[in-house]
Amino acid sequence: MLVTAVLSGLVLGGTYALLAMGLTLQYGIARIMNLAYGETIIAAAFLAYVLFTGSSVNPVLGLLAAVPLGFAFGYFVYGLMMRPLVRRARSRENLEIDSILATFGLLFVLQGVMLVLFGSNYTSYSYLNVGVNVLGTNIAANRLLAFLLAIVLGGGLYLLLTRTLWGTALRAVAVSPGSAPLVGIDVDRAARFAFAIGGALAAAGGVAISMYQTFTATAGVVFTMKALIVVIMGGVGNVLGALLSGLMLGLVETFVATYLDPGLTLAATYLIFLAILLWRPAGLFGRAAR
Amino acid sequence: MTARTLLGLAFAGLVLIALAALPFFAGPYAVTLMIGMTGYVVLATAWGLFSGPTRYVSLATVAFFGIGAYTVGVLSETLPYPLVLLVAALIGLAVALVVGLSTLRLAGVYFVIFTFGLAELIRQVVTWYEVNVTGTLGRYIFLPVTPEGIYWQLLALAAATFLISWGIGRTRWGLALKVIGDDEVVASHCGIDITRLKLALFATSAVIITLVGAIQAPRWTYIEPSIVFNPTISFLTLIMALLGGADRLWGPLLGAIPLFLLFEWLSANFPNHYPIILGLVFIAIVFLLPKGVLAALESRLGKGGAK
Repeated sequence: MLVTAVLSGLVLGGTYALLAMGLTLQYGIARIMNLAYGETIIAAAFLAYVLFTGSSVNPVLGLLAAVPLGFAFGYFVYGLMMRPLVRRARSRENLEIDSILATFGLLFVLQGVMLVLFGSNYTSYSYLNVGVNVLGTNIAANRLLAFLLAIVLGGGLYLLLTRTLWGTALRAVAVSPGSAPLVGIDVDRAARFAFAIGGALAAAGGVAISMYQTFTATAGVVFTMKALIVVIMGGVGNVLGALLSGLMLGLVETFVATYLDPGLTLAATYLIFLAILLWRPAGLFGRAAR
Repeated sequence: MTARTLLGLAFAGLVLIALAALPFFAGPYAVTLMIGMTGYVVLATAWGLFSGPTRYVSLATVAFFGIGAYTVGVLSETLPYPLVLLVAALIGLAVALVVGLSTLRLAGVYFVIFTFGLAELIRQVVTWYEVNVTGTLGRYIFLPVTPEGIYWQLLALAAATFLISWGIGRTRWGLALKVIGDDEVVASHCGIDITRLKLALFATSAVIITLVGAIQAPRWTYIEPSIVFNPTISFLTLIMALLGGADRLWGPLLGAIPLFLLFEWLSANFPNHYPIILGLVFIAIVFLLPKGVLAALESRLGKGGAK
């Protein structure tokens, strides 16, 4: 039972890490607090569902559609909605408040569209739902695949951000948006790309979630919440921190669900959040949020 | 107290009496409509009471509203009605203190994040408790409260909320709040205890919102967590307060009345597309009237006068 809990915890945590990495890019680099993040996740999950049940496209191929769409969506949302707010903002606090309000409105628009299209029922499909023996315990193949996807995408992004000039420029914007232009970095462009990559990661996470979980049109809030908590645990803008915190949150949730009660996972998440706020508001891995 | 404020108070009192007399002239539909509208006026004003001066966006309105309504659902058969209201207010106060103490000393964004998921958290915990411990989900409320009674209670609460909001603006705290809203660093250098003031204001606002939920609860007869913790309530409150201008005494009222009527009409005519339209209206307000109608009017009139 312990090995099962650890393994499924890591699998769930892998997805959370992927989601949180996207959000930490959006908030850390683009400085947009995106409350509609979870709705992007759910929209991608529905896309994978429609592709799989409608035209039997397997979800891994579905990623090839969802990720570019997520990127394009993020790119347009930033260009159309966020850039005017960035231009108007007199300070970082102003931008934060404006972006929170604007994306809160966007949340209801996206959720409304999904409710009209798919209704409010629990949705799921069965893909690779066969047990695979790992270290003596049975774990569903679709969960393993989701974990693998999270590792590949998350690891790839981490390498991209730390090993390329382009990634270094993005991180420079996260550290100091004021001085980044001094070394020839186009902050506006960097922010737009970071926001779009965040959208792409949300879409990838949504497809991964749809493979092994049921979801509803209104479930986005919970995913946004969990991703936000992971981001704060890891330290805003800290990609590696988000990765580790995501895995930790997945483990904690699975342990609570296995040994206490599945209905209390969100409460456990909130307890962690409370503890972080009281003792380490800058995140577990140092580096102050501002 | 100058003659002008006395006149203003007298006028407000007259309006209140006229509103209170409404059920004697108008039909039951008007009373239902007025209950909803007064409820949202109080919610939006209470929201503005905290979020207007401090610029902290609270997304937890429905968490407190739901706490109030659900407390009435649980206790209505065991305690007398006034005590039920008191217990509801105390629970709301306790939750507000936990939220405030853990987040208000940090940057505003932590507060927003915490309040964003709070309603969902409380909904899930209440559901879990009801299913696993009491074994029932959903409760019936049979209280001998008439719609007129609810309406008068809400009116009284509205009057109290406006008095509190107006009173705070005239004290040292109101002045301190203005400083905090303009610049927190300056405020702390002036010797203002920022966290305590914000906490007190947030708690006051939360208790009022809890009471709105508690007073309106008998309207439903049957309640369950998904009904009373409906996130649309948070959303509507926020958009109303923003439209009018959250940092003015009468701003939330001016936003609440037209938007409430609009939403009533929308939910009757476009029940499926209602959230989409809501979201679009909201985004439009954020973009076009970031400081609210009152401020926009003032700046336009001000410009006209300068010419």
